[in-house]
Amino acid sequence: MRIPSTLTQNRSLAAIVLGTCGLAFSFSARAAASPDAPPVILIQNATILTVSHGTIEHGSVLIKDGKIVEIGASIKAPKDAQVVDAAGQFVIPGIIDCHSHIAVDGSVNEGSVSVSSIVNIADVLNPDDIDIYRDLAGGVTVANVLHGSANSIGGQTVVIKLRWGQPAAKLPFEGAVPGIKFALGENPKRSNFSLPGATPRYPTTRMGVEETIRTAFVEARDYKKTWDDYDKRVAAGDKNAIPPRRDLRLDPLVEVLEGKRYVHAHCYREDEILMLLRVAKEFGFKVRTLQHVLEGYKVADEIAAAGTGASTFSDWWAYKVEAYDAIPYNAALMTRRGVIVSINSDDAEEATHLNQEAAKTMKYGGLTHDEALKLVTINPAIQLGIDKRVGSIDVGKDADLVIYNHDPLSAYAVVQKTLIDGRVYFDRQRDIADRGAREMEKKALMEKEKRAGEKKPDATIEIGKRPGAKPEEKKSEEKPKPPQADAVSGGAL
Amino acid sequence: MKSLQRTLRFVTLVAAVSTVSLGAFAQSQPPSVVALTHAKVFTLAGSPIEDGTVVIRDGKIVAVGASVEVPAGAQVIDAKGLQIYPGLFDPITQMGLSEISAVNATVDTTETGPYNPDVVAATAVSPSSEHIGVTRASGITEVLAVPDSGGFDSGGSRGLIGGQASAIHLAGWTIDEMTIKKSVAMVISWPQMETRSFDFATFSIKNKPFSEAKQDYEKQVNELADYLDRARHYAQAMGHGGPADYQRDLKLEALAPAVRGQLPVLIFADRSRDIRNAVEFCDKQKLKMILAGGEQAYRVKDLLRSKGISVILRPTLTLPPEEDDAYDRLLSQPAELAAAGVKIAFGSFDNSFARRLGQQAANAVAYGLPYDEALKAVTVYPAEIFGISDQVGTLETGKLANIIVTNGDPLELTTEVKYLFIKGQSTSLDNRHLRLYEKYLNRPKAAAAN
Repeated sequence: MRIPSTLTQNRSLAAIVLGTCGLAFSFSARAAASPDAPPVILIQNATILTVSHGTIEHGSVLIKDGKIVEIGASIKAPKDAQVVDAAGQFVIPGIIDCHSHIAVDGSVNEGSVSVSSIVNIADVLNPDDIDIYRDLAGGVTVANVLHGSANSIGGQTVVIKLRWGQPAAKLPFEGAVPGIKFALGENPKRSNFSLPGATPRYPTTRMGVEETIRTAFVEARDYKKTWDDYDKRVAAGDKNAIPPRRDLRLDPLVEVLEGKRYVHAHCYREDEILMLLRVAKEFGFKVRTLQHVLEGYKVADEIAAAGTGASTFSDWWAYKVEAYDAIPYNAALMTRRGVIVSINSDDAEEATHLNQEAAKTMKYGGLTHDEALKLVTINPAIQLGIDKRVGSIDVGKDADLVIYNHDPLSAYAVVQKTLIDGRVYFDRQRDIADRGAREMEKKALMEKEKRAGEKKPDATIEIGKRPGAKPEEKKSEEKPKPPQADAVSGGAL
Repeated sequence: MKSLQRTLRFVTLVAAVSTVSLGAFAQSQPPSVVALTHAKVFTLAGSPIEDGTVVIRDGKIVAVGASVEVPAGAQVIDAKGLQIYPGLFDPITQMGLSEISAVNATVDTTETGPYNPDVVAATAVSPSSEHIGVTRASGITEVLAVPDSGGFDSGGSRGLIGGQASAIHLAGWTIDEMTIKKSVAMVISWPQMETRSFDFATFSIKNKPFSEAKQDYEKQVNELADYLDRARHYAQAMGHGGPADYQRDLKLEALAPAVRGQLPVLIFADRSRDIRNAVEFCDKQKLKMILAGGEQAYRVKDLLRSKGISVILRPTLTLPPEEDDAYDRLLSQPAELAAAGVKIAFGSFDNSFARRLGQQAANAVAYGLPYDEALKAVTVYPAEIFGISDQVGTLETGKLANIIVTNGDPLELTTEVKYLFIKGQSTSLDNRHLRLYEKYLNRPKAAAAN
């Protein structure tokens, strides 16, 4: 018997235990993640890094109904405002992670086919994934949750806000353009994965990856034409027109052709980057972002000319052959050549310090403080088409903010509070204060489990413990880790 | 001399450093005496020295202080505005043992079979590894190359006794020139009690009942104890005669220093239960234990302190092992251990992420570890833990001149290393990444970009 290990998350179970034991403490730590937003919050005395219009020392930000309504040197606290004194602290826009696999229930790869556009990550969001909270505690407010990279054309993707404590339906970023994952190179050609005795899946070369994508778009174009013809006939008053058969695999690709769905393409080498840009041009769509794009610095002019964004790692390299030419100067070099660049995580842990990863570009390539901060705020917002809502501290934008105790581009900075839509979803002091209660809650549950176990001596108890082989750690697509369960279904390593 | 030229190019590239005697650098014979002057010197063996001087002669530090005279004929590097520290020390890496972790042919980290005490890391360290230059540029001057050390290259399967870790300088034409000490610890991976495991044969997850997992675990521990007993008897035989008197067994012979308590055992364990069992085991076996990993070391901190066991901590940049751990569990652990009197050091447990060593230490400071302790945990503490503090770890007279000159706090993300000395030699900061950067920085604007 195995009981849920995330005790505090399973509220119904917790409620049962509380009822049984008659414990009266409130476990507000995580339950508090869904409070009613106070109508008005004033953050004052902070160093405000607006990203869009410089730094305001001893500044204030006024939040009303989840939006930023005023920014300035001194704002008088309105009546009933909740005042956050952030003296000596720094406020930045919420961090946007342009490549994430958090909040996904189960594997991120439908690896059985080379075109898996039929599946959608939005269908399998898991709001109870503890990594949402951990990344929130690292200042992340928005994540581009992607399908894995086992397929040349992968699954559909979704942009979420890290509204910890809210149901899955409340996670998606309202109005954000949906995406689709593409992947080039070693992963879709399955270079580093093979099942003993299994027949290789097409493609097994970069040549084949191109043809897989091209073939799919030829099909999508033909399919689109059948619909366009049908629509024309209907518009012309043809009552006998029969609609074409829906193709759920091709529908998302038609959306790509129509510019209604963004392509986020996993890639490494310069040749495959140019290949995809050529294929996209051939079919008349834009690649919205190149993901990882570790050799992007070699073809930065071409990427800039295509109007394509680049979302990369700070300093990962050498975990596979296509990552051997990766350099930490990549982000800075591409920025200097006019590419909109972001730094992403691809990993729940890496996401907890994206501010630090952005800071490294000041050392590697000499970006300014402002340019470095943009890599995890406004630039990913632009890449995801949500920059009118988030990415900088401006009047009218969502109150997605992070408060640090130091300059966020330092290894010594610690997140104090993270706000989304004007609500405090993470508060370090509250987290610390509630630890005792959580510990008690855990103990109570373990006691209960122990008593149940005594009745059934053979029961296997696994409380609060991950299985030894860490098969559940499937959240990193690229970060080199020991083989995981994900590998079974076509994972990344 | 290409490398020295690169050093110079790097220096001019990144910043205007105060007057440097460039001519001396370009000579083919490095000067035997170098004086670094007017810097703030952090010796880590006392208070920092404002406006200090460090004099290097024949690879060693011969003078450190505020009022040190510069010897006649010394090459002088005016380091005004800069800071001098001992080079950083990463005590768990697979440096030189693994180049591209996904390509098996480039990986020599892990021998097959459960008992390999006789294999020595230094044997397989490739002095040409690109990781060496990249890591060095981040201010790391020496590392331990650790066989079977898990990390990102382990591929999941590990033996029980992995082999001998070697302490190496990150410079040298050959491994002999690089070696500080060939054998500094015997690597043991503590058996894990696993109810779920990944089976490579069938590429699937296997479940087994707890009772069976426990049995398997105990079997492994008992076998390890038997093996060490054999080594102990063998060591006794060795003491009672020459090689002619007994049949040589290289594996048992290699274990002799460990069972005699002369060579520490570096035990990889993370869960508190495993750590406790390992401590008890080493106590019984009279092994000198160093703990590696230690994700749950905080749960047994008093035990570790009372036994005098030091911990090489897994990167703080790791998610907590348990879902209901505090989100900052691994970030706050270093402070907790240090406060309890446990000696800690940070390790990257990797190659390509080795340059994050300073970041790891700084993050621990952000969550409560005193700064001085963090700095020592990446310099002098690992040197002490592995018994080579007579050679490296601090800036003191008589020690090897493994030195970095920086423009700030060496743990901070944006700090640049301006000069680096290994065994007193000014050592290139050039590396694969810098070369590629310079190459593509100078790529002419693409004529017809699509």
